Amino acid sequence: MGLLDFFRTTSPSANLAKERLRIIVQQERGSRGAPDYLPTLRRELLEVIRKYVNVDSEAVQVNYEREEGQEVLELSVALPVKAR
Amino acid sequence: MTEIIVVTSGKGGVGKTTTSASLACGLARTGKKVAVIDFDIGLRNLDLIMGCERRVVYDFVNVINGDCTLKQALIKDKRIDTLFLLAASQTRDKDALTAEGVRKVLDELIADGFDFILCDSPAGIEKGAYLAMYYADRAVVVVNPEVSSVRDSDRILGLLASKTERAEKGVEKVREHLLLTRYSPTRVAAGEMLSIADVKDILGLDVIGVIPESPQVLSASNAGTPVIMMDESDAAAAYGDAVARLLGDESLPMRFIDEPKKGFFARVFGG
Repeated sequence: MGLLDFFRTTSPSANLAKERLRIIVQQERGSRGAPDYLPTLRRELLEVIRKYVNVDSEAVQVNYEREEGQEVLELSVALPVKAR
Repeated sequence: MTEIIVVTSGKGGVGKTTTSASLACGLARTGKKVAVIDFDIGLRNLDLIMGCERRVVYDFVNVINGDCTLKQALIKDKRIDTLFLLAASQTRDKDALTAEGVRKVLDELIADGFDFILCDSPAGIEKGAYLAMYYADRAVVVVNPEVSSVRDSDRILGLLASKTERAEKGVEKVREHLLLTRYSPTRVAAGEMLSIADVKDILGLDVIGVIPESPQVLSASNAGTPVIMMDESDAAAAYGDAVARLLGDESLPMRFIDEPKKGFFARVFGG
């Protein structure tokens, strides 16, 4: 580290890259091997639910997990907070 | 025994073709009989990198379609006797390549006594990339120390674990190796670039080679000489080491991964 380095203001970004990658890679590994129909399923579910409740487009979450030979499809729907 | 090695990456422009050419050359230099196949149908380039673009008469798809024999299509390298190239076809037909066709060519190369068959994969995860990895025994995943390349490599590792013949048959899995290219020890030391350890850590794989960022890579491709043949170049030496590791010398220490020593003035005033 030289004298001029003290005057440099850019902060090292490699750590940021590492953290972001760690999270996204882990997330993508989790959904690896999941059925291809998941995005369509999510979209269609959203359409059906919206006939009854006006939910946000992020409200429907579809998660797929495989543990010890068992496949689990987990659906969660967040309903909007009622306005009072 | 023939070993089929796919050179892949997912992302484009990380150095797959440069790596395929250099590994093929390096393996052939040891006396092994090596065939290197360009799977990038429609975007042939390995011939240029290897400097034999004017000698391409027949290509991979011609062999598959029976327009010529494999012998007629294989281009013998002018520098190394035991090195052969099978060029990609320039057709725009996406279905020109089939699993059966690829199998037929590989079987013929195996029967011909080739020690190594290197499959230079196209970028992406489409058919060409899929077929390049499908019959592989080993995979060299080329990765730049940069976020998009690392992420795409992980995606490719997922495919290697599920979409290859070995995965489908449930036999011993494809042996995977990482090869880092465009590595800049100075930038790593400054915290500006992912380190070897970072990439290893994220992808959970061992590194078979680290190629330093080097102007020689461009000079080599300008000249149509695989960079491993450029004497006195760090990149060439690093590829040479990667070849030795591929051949089993796993204890070979990595070179060119430390920041170059600075002189007095550079140390005082910064580089």
